[in-house]
Amino acid sequence: MQVFAFYVLTILTLASALVVVTHRNPVVSAVALAFNLVSIAGFYILLGAQFIGLLQVIVYAGAIMVLILFVIMLLNLSEEVQPHPAGTFQRVLAPAATLVFAIVLGRALWRGAPSSFPPAAEGFGTAAVLGRELFTRYYYPFEVISLLLVVAMVGAVLLAKRKLT
Amino acid sequence: MDVTGVLIAFGKIFIVFNALMGAVAFMTWVERRVSGIIQYRLGPNRVGPWGLLQPIADGIKFIQKKDILPDDAYKPFYILAPALAVVPALFAFVVIPFGPEVVLFGRKVSLVILDMDGGLLWGFAATALGVYALVLAGWASRSKFSLMGGLRSSAQMISYELPLALSIASVVLMAGTLRPTEIVAQQAGWIHHWYIFRGFPLLGFLLFTIAGYAETNRVPFDLPEAEGELVAGYHTEYSGMRFAAFFMAEYVNMMTSSALGVTLFLGGWQLGFPVPLEGWPLWILQILAFVVKVAFFQFLFVWVRWTLPRFRYDQLMNLGWKGLFPLSLVNLATTAVLVTLNLNVAR
Amino acid sequence: MIDPRLVLVLSGVLFALGAAGVLLRRGAISILMCVELMLNAANLAFITFSRLRGGPEAQIYVFFVMTLAAAEAAAGLAIVIALFRLRGTTDVDEISLLKW
Repeated sequence: MQVFAFYVLTILTLASALVVVTHRNPVVSAVALAFNLVSIAGFYILLGAQFIGLLQVIVYAGAIMVLILFVIMLLNLSEEVQPHPAGTFQRVLAPAATLVFAIVLGRALWRGAPSSFPPAAEGFGTAAVLGRELFTRYYYPFEVISLLLVVAMVGAVLLAKRKLT
Repeated sequence: MDVTGVLIAFGKIFIVFNALMGAVAFMTWVERRVSGIIQYRLGPNRVGPWGLLQPIADGIKFIQKKDILPDDAYKPFYILAPALAVVPALFAFVVIPFGPEVVLFGRKVSLVILDMDGGLLWGFAATALGVYALVLAGWASRSKFSLMGGLRSSAQMISYELPLALSIASVVLMAGTLRPTEIVAQQAGWIHHWYIFRGFPLLGFLLFTIAGYAETNRVPFDLPEAEGELVAGYHTEYSGMRFAAFFMAEYVNMMTSSALGVTLFLGGWQLGFPVPLEGWPLWILQILAFVVKVAFFQFLFVWVRWTLPRFRYDQLMNLGWKGLFPLSLVNLATTAVLVTLNLNVAR
Repeated sequence: MIDPRLVLVLSGVLFALGAAGVLLRRGAISILMCVELMLNAANLAFITFSRLRGGPEAQIYVFFVMTLAAAEAAAGLAIVIALFRLRGTTDVDEISLLKW
């Protein structure tokens, strides 16, 4: 059952990632990315990290992607146009290079893991365990990152403001 | 393969789905009759006794309409958007406990479809995904009104997700768990144990309700889809069954919002007073209590809609960011202080 | 059961796809989206390793990566908007002010 879900999720993730990278229309790309994020969240839940999986849906798919969609729609971005259509050499080389890169990465990662998962620890992936770690061992990064979010917010508002001349 | 378990799960899904869809149909009737009463006129009363068959007539009307696809629309998203509106709304209902732990066929069955540790987050995540339908419908219709309506609707929904999440967080802070079944269990006993009366009483509930109105695009926050403002906002170009899907999605969203509010603040299926009953009579009574509470919440939705005028869009956003958001932060901080001092928080 | 090596290979493939997208796409926002894809591939690897090791540290890392991605997306999109106002396009080949 889990293996079936794993394969379904893998196909969905790969298909949507391909659409993100190749489709000309940025809105379709964005929606495909949102779909990709939700299927990766499915992976997280499948592996037992429920809190992070649900956070991924709420934060990534539910907020960041909507923000990106907003900007695309407000700027009224049309389809990408290539002024010089890619020649045969480029059209073969780009996927080939990607494939080579993927194979190199895949081989390196393949060696780095055992062939099956150990059973999950008690309370793995729950909010309680993560919260405890976050507020004890990682308290300092937690405070710093909230500061960083404020800085990013202020910066974004300032950068996107129209100059009042 | 635990066949009985799978059958029970399917049974729960079947019951909840049909109850939701039936309630949606019933709500359309309730909306029109109650609005009639509030506006001192009769609502629909021709079709069946008291107009009760009106939803069926509406359904037949929607189904037999011609399926129009605008030439210029981006077909994949145009067709996807109505479905995308209904699915997350239904998904959020999966984690809501609609009854106590009953004994069915000799095994304990808790009346919730999915009882996971982060159940409340699941409900919130499903609501957050509902934004996509609006954005995509607005964009795919390739019409100025739709695009502006869609963007405004989704901006509104995103903005009010914050006070919603923070009011939920204040309850989670008091409850110490994200599991809806446990949150309901902690509100057992007499009525003063309900979370609406614990911590800082009523504020969290108020914030949740107002944010819920904005999340579901209901008046007084329905400018993005109001007639005369943006024609019909993101669903301008939709007609027939597709529009009915958006319509249904809005009502299911209302149901989910009400059900979440009931679970968090009004004690879920708890009765609020001890009853000298055991077994099935008690359980039926508790399920009924849940239904009555959700119905009350829904009536509140309808009542507010037909009483208050709508906000202008900038007033709406101001209220969300400069009013509700600081207030929900204050609520969270106060609840945190009360939890630390253990005042009005413990059972 | 699920093979963790397959999950890691999947994250590697996603990373490669994202990198290809960053290099090959012309729209600034499309590039941003491919960067998000790469970040997610890394997150997937993190979660796999968290499950393999049994501890929650890697999940904390994912938490921080997600937050950082949100901040970066907001700031990046603001830059894209400002650039669009200046140049009227988000095509990165056109935004080459420093080119001689």
